Amino acid sequence: MDALTSLLEGFGTALTPENLLYAFVGVLLGTAIGVLPGIGPAMTVALLLPLTRGLDVTSALIMFAGIYYGGMYGGSTTSILLNTPGESASVVTAIEGNKMARAGRAAQALATAAIGSFVAGTIATLLLALVAPSVADLAVEVSPADFFAIMVLAFIAVTSVLGSSRVRGLAALGLGLTIGLIGIDRTTGQQRLTFGIAELADGIDVVVVAVGLFAVGEALWTAAHLRRKPIDVIPVGNPRMSRSDFGRSWKPWLRGTAIGFPFGAIPAGGAEIPTFLSYVTEKRLSKHPEDFGKGAIEGVAGPEATNNASAAGGLVPMLTLGIPTTATAAVMLAAIQSYGIEPGPQLFDNEPELVWGLIASLFIGNTVLLALNLPLAPLWAKLLRIPRSYLYAGILFFSSLGAYAANANTFDLFLLLAIGALGFMMRRYGLPILPAIIGVILGPFAEEKLRQALQISNGELSGLVTPLSLVVYGIVVIIVLWPLLRRFVPRRAVPSVLEEAAHDIEEAHQHSGLTTAVSVERHVGDDTRRTPDPEEPGGR
Amino acid sequence: MSSAAPGGTREQGRSEYGVALFLGALGILVIAQALLLPESRIARGPVGPATIPIVVGGLLVVVSVFLALDVFRGGRGEPEGGEDVELTGSSDWRTVLMLAAAFVANALLIEPLGWPFSGAILFWGSAFALGSRHYVRDAVIALILSFGSWYLFAFGLDVILPVGILKGIL
Repeated sequence: MDALTSLLEGFGTALTPENLLYAFVGVLLGTAIGVLPGIGPAMTVALLLPLTRGLDVTSALIMFAGIYYGGMYGGSTTSILLNTPGESASVVTAIEGNKMARAGRAAQALATAAIGSFVAGTIATLLLALVAPSVADLAVEVSPADFFAIMVLAFIAVTSVLGSSRVRGLAALGLGLTIGLIGIDRTTGQQRLTFGIAELADGIDVVVVAVGLFAVGEALWTAAHLRRKPIDVIPVGNPRMSRSDFGRSWKPWLRGTAIGFPFGAIPAGGAEIPTFLSYVTEKRLSKHPEDFGKGAIEGVAGPEATNNASAAGGLVPMLTLGIPTTATAAVMLAAIQSYGIEPGPQLFDNEPELVWGLIASLFIGNTVLLALNLPLAPLWAKLLRIPRSYLYAGILFFSSLGAYAANANTFDLFLLLAIGALGFMMRRYGLPILPAIIGVILGPFAEEKLRQALQISNGELSGLVTPLSLVVYGIVVIIVLWPLLRRFVPRRAVPSVLEEAAHDIEEAHQHSGLTTAVSVERHVGDDTRRTPDPEEPGGR
Repeated sequence: MSSAAPGGTREQGRSEYGVALFLGALGILVIAQALLLPESRIARGPVGPATIPIVVGGLLVVVSVFLALDVFRGGRGEPEGGEDVELTGSSDWRTVLMLAAAFVANALLIEPLGWPFSGAILFWGSAFALGSRHYVRDAVIALILSFGSWYLFAFGLDVILPVGILKGIL
């Protein structure tokens, strides 16, 4: 097995004491930052990006592998112990996880999440190691025209995620693409959208964009709506599981892995749909369906495993095609690019040490995660009690630090604030962040491929049409026209499963106060601004 | 996390149109800038440096029209929720402005004063804006963070952050 030999060599790279230390530090920092409320995995990676600047590429990526898994696990800890999920991928975990925690089973919920993440992460990373080289081999044959088509698909797919508003997704994509346009055009050297500002000529540093949209935007947005009442954190002891918990968890772990990996690996989607699917599957297959809604362990085990497996699956398109499917992967891609390395089909040939070192360190990160998180869970739970004033002050502090350190330029700080303001606006009006960040990162790459394709064809537009790209454009058309096509699909087909999931999710949102459906009816044109809401007796 | 379902806070009435307007204006700006690009002799074929900006600008304009239509039909963007977010009640602009002020103060002072002080001002000011009233404790934490991060970057990462007035001391 070729892949396995390379993987062993990768372990040789990753298992040096120094790199092992970086993996360890990565997991520790990733979990610690990720567990803080309001900080999702993407923000964790963005905030910690500057820390890896002083390292060589391989060590930096190994640290990132730790941060990646650590940040994700931290996120699910938060959603289990607090009553509201921080980011979309852990919405589903929060449904049953928080109910378990309230029923005094927080330790079991955290344990099944940790062990499930480990099992799923390990299997999925193994799949990644086996699949990625072949995908890369295939991808070498992929022409620039095909690449362009696949990127168009990625753009459309991230804007049309289940249950969200397409117009707003497209708006976010447009904003991201616009930011990506700023700077000198690589082919002709002309300045685009720089308005004569010298600092904009090289384009906006992706670190600044990512930190601005995720960290500054989030901090400002949360500050404007800060929950002033103390939030209730459920105390937790050492995570442990009984034999029956294991009995109920191991199948959901495996099923979650099977659902998550392929969903992560196709260049579209993200972690929302697979975690929904896993939840619904477990609800259907459970021997204790009556527990669902009251804290069923299957409902934590399945989605958590799915989440991790899809994260590992997401590395397949990222490493082999250079196409990220989640916000976290997008930020990781930016990190890799900042070292002058272009992820893509050639990566496995050009940088074998780096790639296999990274994959090996995913295994290591995963193991470290399990070893750390079982004993440290009570400590993480304490982190949730950090005063909010310090938390968000700290986010702004470290954002500024990271953005300034990237180029040692004050201009970047003002830019950071401007992009933070954009992030604020997007959060306020329900424009999703993911399409924007994908647009910023993939936009320039897509343009380059398009122009390459047209150069090859000597300017003939027919050069964009290949068998593969036709198939991909076909899928794009189906996604775009789905609202129309749906009318012709029998009602009780597949979507009913999704509808049920969506219904469950909505209910969970309502319980946690995420959805503001309460104020819907009184919305149009009335002026009840000052009328005290019956739901909040004292006002604020 | 957002859905097209009517929702949103009460404060969001007509300001949704503002978003559409912003997108439309941005789109027109992008297109105009692209059209003003000088002819390039290097570019070949139908896709030059201006093509993609025109497409992206066009996308923004089209989206702005559809967004306005959506708002007209009663669609509202759903504000993003989160662990610490409470969406009842209106935006607390005072906090946001104070945070922005602390942020700008750091940007203006980082070079003259140096990061150890400007960063501390940023942290202290943000904590104050967010309602912390432990002035001394906040200041101590702020200084520990800013000096600590200065040393971490200097010795751990070989990045020398501005020293400002502490030149020769740090």
